[in-house]
Amino acid sequence: MAEFFHMGGYGLYVWGSFGVTALFMIAEPLLLRSRSQQIKKRIARVARLEQEVNQ
Amino acid sequence: MSSRFINWFKFSSPATFYPLARKISVVSTVVAVVLIAIGLYMSFFVAPTDYKQGEGYRIIFVHVPASWMSMFIYLVMAGWAALGLVFNTRLSAMMAQALAPTGAMFAFLSLWTGSFWGKPMWGTWWVWDARITSELILLFLYLGYMALRSAIDDPRRGDRASAILLLVGVVNVPIIYYSVKWWNTLHQGSTIRMNQETTMEETMLLTMLIMTLGFWAYSIAVSMARVRAVILERERSANWVRELAEGRT
Repeated sequence: MAEFFHMGGYGLYVWGSFGVTALFMIAEPLLLRSRSQQIKKRIARVARLEQEVNQ
Repeated sequence: MSSRFINWFKFSSPATFYPLARKISVVSTVVAVVLIAIGLYMSFFVAPTDYKQGEGYRIIFVHVPASWMSMFIYLVMAGWAALGLVFNTRLSAMMAQALAPTGAMFAFLSLWTGSFWGKPMWGTWWVWDARITSELILLFLYLGYMALRSAIDDPRRGDRASAILLLVGVVNVPIIYYSVKWWNTLHQGSTIRMNQETTMEETMLLTMLIMTLGFWAYSIAVSMARVRAVILERERSANWVRELAEGRT
């Protein structure tokens, strides 16, 4: 197991590359999801407010 | 019009494309997860150790797919920008807008993983080599496009101005691609060649192609999800968006 993470002496470089790539490719969809939810909430809020004003 | 032909302009309406984008995104997510899982397994357990670079070469399995995607996404964006300029369709510009952050991310990852590969193999994190410099310019083109778009208040004017920036920047893509041929600097030549035999072991090549297809599916999934967010944001005063949002809460 330790040998696997050691990567024949290239551990830092191999995991530094795969790790950061994984981090970005997991973070991007998560950030996007929270952004979409915020947009939907904002549109619903504005629609509700306008309805109240019109009543 | 004969019904045998698909009316492509039907899908250029954001309202019709919105539900379709969700379907494409879901399918691509599944494909991406499966391909990247197989690709990662092969990267570490199937692909053999390189005779010259030992285990360090395994960086290739993220470096090359990320670099290819960074160039390919740019070309796709430029294609959408051109379509948007010619047909004046809102959705084309939205597609370019939705792809930009993912393309910028891959350009950054290409530079980052290249740096982590260069350090052990060449002894330096960074060098102003032709390929690396032109890839850095690609990253700046992505950032410049996003900055220009968001700096112009009128979205349609922003679409046109940034579309022209994208089209001018296309000149950089062949420069990146051929840089290793035109200038004989530190970055190695390509191992995948169109017209001659590849200088690569078969399972290594296969792993790289699977990872590339996985990154491809990932890009489609994320950009389709993002174009939905962009559509909602930009069409927020349209009736169908209002009804959709009210139905949800």
